[in-house]
Amino acid sequence: MKLNRRAFVGGVVAAPFLARSGFAQGSASVLRVIPHADLKNIDPIWTTAYISRNHGYMVYDTLFAMDASLKPQPQMVDKWEESSDKKTWTFVLRDGLSFHDGKPVTAEDCAASLIRWSKRDPMGQQLFSIVESCKGRDAKTLEIKISKPYGLMLDSIGKISSNVPFIMPKALAETDAFKQVESAVGSGPFIFKKEEWVPGSKVVYVKNKDYVPRKEPASAAAGGKIAKVDRVEWLYIPDSTTCMNALMSGEIDYYEQVPGDLAPVLAKAPGVKIEVLDPIGAQGMMRFNSMVAPTDNEMVRRAIVRATNQQDMLAAAVGNPDYYKLCESLFPCGTPMESKAGLDLIRPPSKDEARKMLKEAGYKGDKLVILQPTDIPISSAFAQVAAKTLRDIGMNVDLQAMDWSSVTSRRAKKDPVDKGGWNMFPTWWIGGDLLNPLTNAAMIANPDKAWPGWPNDKKMEELRQAFANAATLDEQKAAAAAVQQRSIEIAQYINLGTYFVPVGYRDNVKGMIPSPVQFFWNMEKTS
Amino acid sequence: MSGAIEQTGAATAKRGSGLPRQPLLVFGAAVIAVMVLAAIAAPYLGTADPMALNPLGRLRPPSAANWFGTDQFGRDIWTRVVFGSRVSLFVGAVVAILSLSIGLLIGLVAGYLRIVDAIVMRVMDGLMAIPGVLLAIALVSLSGASMTTVIIAITIPEIPRVVRLVRSVVLSVREEPYVEAAIAAGTRLPLLLARHILPNSIPPLIVQATYICASAMLTEAILSFLGAGTPPEIPSWGNMMAEGRQFFPIAPRIVLLPGVALALTILAVNVLGDGLRDRLDPKIAKRM
Amino acid sequence: MLAFIFRRVLSTIPVMAIVAFAVFMLLRLSPGDPASVIAGDYATAEQIARIRTQLGLDQPIYTQFFAWLGQLAHGDLGVSIFSNLPVSTLIAQRVEPTLMLALTTIVFSIVVAVPMGVVAAWKANTWIDRAVMVFAVVGFSVPVFVMAYFLIYGFALGLNWFPVQGYRSPSQGIGLFASHIALPTLALSAIFVALIARITRATVLEVLDEDYIRTARAKGQIERKVLFHHALRNAAVPIVTVIGLGIALLIGGVVVTESVFNLPGLGRLVVDAILKRDYPIIQGLILLFSFVYIILNLLIDISYTLLDPRIRY
Repeated sequence: MKLNRRAFVGGVVAAPFLARSGFAQGSASVLRVIPHADLKNIDPIWTTAYISRNHGYMVYDTLFAMDASLKPQPQMVDKWEESSDKKTWTFVLRDGLSFHDGKPVTAEDCAASLIRWSKRDPMGQQLFSIVESCKGRDAKTLEIKISKPYGLMLDSIGKISSNVPFIMPKALAETDAFKQVESAVGSGPFIFKKEEWVPGSKVVYVKNKDYVPRKEPASAAAGGKIAKVDRVEWLYIPDSTTCMNALMSGEIDYYEQVPGDLAPVLAKAPGVKIEVLDPIGAQGMMRFNSMVAPTDNEMVRRAIVRATNQQDMLAAAVGNPDYYKLCESLFPCGTPMESKAGLDLIRPPSKDEARKMLKEAGYKGDKLVILQPTDIPISSAFAQVAAKTLRDIGMNVDLQAMDWSSVTSRRAKKDPVDKGGWNMFPTWWIGGDLLNPLTNAAMIANPDKAWPGWPNDKKMEELRQAFANAATLDEQKAAAAAVQQRSIEIAQYINLGTYFVPVGYRDNVKGMIPSPVQFFWNMEKTS
Repeated sequence: MSGAIEQTGAATAKRGSGLPRQPLLVFGAAVIAVMVLAAIAAPYLGTADPMALNPLGRLRPPSAANWFGTDQFGRDIWTRVVFGSRVSLFVGAVVAILSLSIGLLIGLVAGYLRIVDAIVMRVMDGLMAIPGVLLAIALVSLSGASMTTVIIAITIPEIPRVVRLVRSVVLSVREEPYVEAAIAAGTRLPLLLARHILPNSIPPLIVQATYICASAMLTEAILSFLGAGTPPEIPSWGNMMAEGRQFFPIAPRIVLLPGVALALTILAVNVLGDGLRDRLDPKIAKRM
Repeated sequence: MLAFIFRRVLSTIPVMAIVAFAVFMLLRLSPGDPASVIAGDYATAEQIARIRTQLGLDQPIYTQFFAWLGQLAHGDLGVSIFSNLPVSTLIAQRVEPTLMLALTTIVFSIVVAVPMGVVAAWKANTWIDRAVMVFAVVGFSVPVFVMAYFLIYGFALGLNWFPVQGYRSPSQGIGLFASHIALPTLALSAIFVALIARITRATVLEVLDEDYIRTARAKGQIERKVLFHHALRNAAVPIVTVIGLGIALLIGGVVVTESVFNLPGLGRLVVDAILKRDYPIIQGLILLFSFVYIILNLLIDISYTLLDPRIRY
């Protein structure tokens, strides 16, 4: 109320001077958003949670950023150069960059931020395994020296999804990468109001008036980030029916993830619009445990993949056919690495074939444990359909229901199933995370570094390294296809298909940016 | 029914209860009988396989094949509601029996032995102090959802209430002249419990059992609603409502049908409890 | 009597200790692990181990327990694992909606239910009585979230009388506060109105049977006066008892109601924390709820001895 009153008084006093811009618009520029999740912590390096990443994009800026065609474009960087021996990269920061506390952004800040990021992010680890030095040459020039040429430099520091290499002030960036940063002082287009943060309920950002946007139009994470509202409020509401009602009654301006089944209802509601902003979509994934019987048998895994039908999965989990699409490529359809390699091994889906394969694999009715995260509706449905599919082909399935927190700790266990281990768990990734063999965590095949499931395959690791070394786009595509072929051969996981989560908004909200990640710059609210 | 109980009934009739006693008992018992029959005969009541998924036939409106339509997985709603009675009745009955037997045992001992009483009642106070629903959510979500954990999680918070009830009966009965006389005469403890204390505890306990049964069914629904209930695969009314609430705006029947079934069953159990209370021991039951 | 009260107050200390111990053990022996939730999808076993060390979760359980007790002794409830904010701050942020909802519910329930119960007893065995009792049993039997959805559809979306969700503090205007709290209060009150109406009716019926009421009636005092001066006054204590006992019910109901109506209160805080395994929040909140409950229990126990001197302690 205090704030509102001040804004109101300010408005009245200022009105005569601002006659043209209009007082009504000034007081209306609070964007009330239902985010897809509750912001539980504010360090996007410490956690990979998408909501913390989105928070990062509000508050921080990045050196490079992906545009709509998923090419890295300069964001904080003005000019950059790769030396002729391809071993020294220099980046010159553009003018006018400053943190929310007023201090200018320096190359030292950037170096410290990249180093902290590299301790947590897989692509960062890959890059920094060849980095010899990363430091400021002068206040505005960042210099990175590497031991051998690396084709993915810009893709790495312009990574669009978790963990994003956000640039923090040096003091913050020197925090242990396994400890949360205490504050959120960045140089991004919005300022985080920590004193108004109520975890579980409300996050508040205000416009950073000193932010100097790029001149180019906004394109995904790239281009000019112009904060067009004075204040963005994230109001977390756990119940989707309540969310829908709040949007229909106008109490909320923007609903980030509308369940597909509710979209038609909302689309018909007066004053509400529904739209898909993420052109790539999300991919459902059923992960195998490659270490524990019966899924330690490659043939058993392949049989399960053969039995799985994306259509069944998507119809059950997403429902509305407007919001899903079959896409068998492990790299998202419509992105540069999309491929058909290896698909002949597992498609078309067939339960009869799967039964034969199971028999050949020597499956004897051992218990197979599927973890079902009941608090994540989409993943819960995947688990349920998978259980049915596997029972249909004669497997002995134990579907174990639990919340996602329990899944994350259960999946870390390498024990056999009768000692608390597991065979399969469902999850999903935004397509932006699966763009290539390095960002896709499920493709790692070195069991010490791998995502739970721990596939162990030297050939796969070589193929992924080959992708990292590929110099041109065509070489990258060929390398990625080889990786996909191998991933299907060793059945690391099942691609359950692609789905899209629409956003819902009041018809006076404009300027949304099509992108795999939700951004709030460029968005405005007319009265 | 024995003449003595009939007489008690006649005595309370004069003082009046809201509904005439006989219809009350009959209504409650009849509804529960129907539910129990439905639960037993579930596979023969025009039902399909309650677990069978049919993703392509999801959210269908009512038809000849699916009397109440299908849910978000294409499962037949009628089937699941009928089969759901098994789960709710089972949870209600088992929780009531478990918490009563455990509570009775602890309560008798605590009410009789002062030394034990002090310790046991503090532990009971401690348990009771933890809000029942929260304790149950914590228990289920921490130890993994299964029918067993749900039942245990609902039972534990109910036990202290039974203990308190039994203990208060024991404490009151102990002061009665005939019991004091029996103690003075050197009647041994087991006999004392069996002859005087237990019979006095039974009537309020039967009444309490019905309320525990009703509250257990409600708690099961709440646990499911909060995502910490019976595994979603199992067709329980609580689960169906919890899963269906996301579709309430487009297919309210997914929520309403099990909701009505649940409310009706709980209603019947409560009504039965009221009827029993009026008959068995109005004075003690009312104090609770 | 004073000695009893003193002893009873002292005895709450071991109860609190039992609660603290039970809550602590319950959480630490559970399979969930905040470190793996925090570490996220890319984490290796080694990274999870580092986070466990960071959070002190690799210490032996008894060390963790005594460290926590030591903090508690200083009034420190610890720091949320996820948000890194002090638990006391989180509670302070959230306490108002929960408190307000509890208050409005109790006040509304009493105002509605007591007259209902009295009238039902007064008109025992008439259609009024039956209607009240049917209403009470139904109110007791409908799950709070089903009630909540019906209210939202009827009054918020259908008639558009109330907002669908959210909370406004009374400091933002009493009207705003009232319109936001109305539906949650109604949803949560159903069970309380049922409970209190039934107990009021039963107690008043019982009191009406006592000799002095008969005397009062015989002396020709008009019914209303008999009811409200004699009967209700004597019924007050059991009603208070029921309200006290209902607090546990209220806490359960608050959790569900807060989630449906999106009230940023303590109930949602603790459920979120349980799902995320944010130990310090769960511990702090369950302790807080239990503390409130124990204090109420204490008062009820003391009132028992006032009520029925036959019960000795």
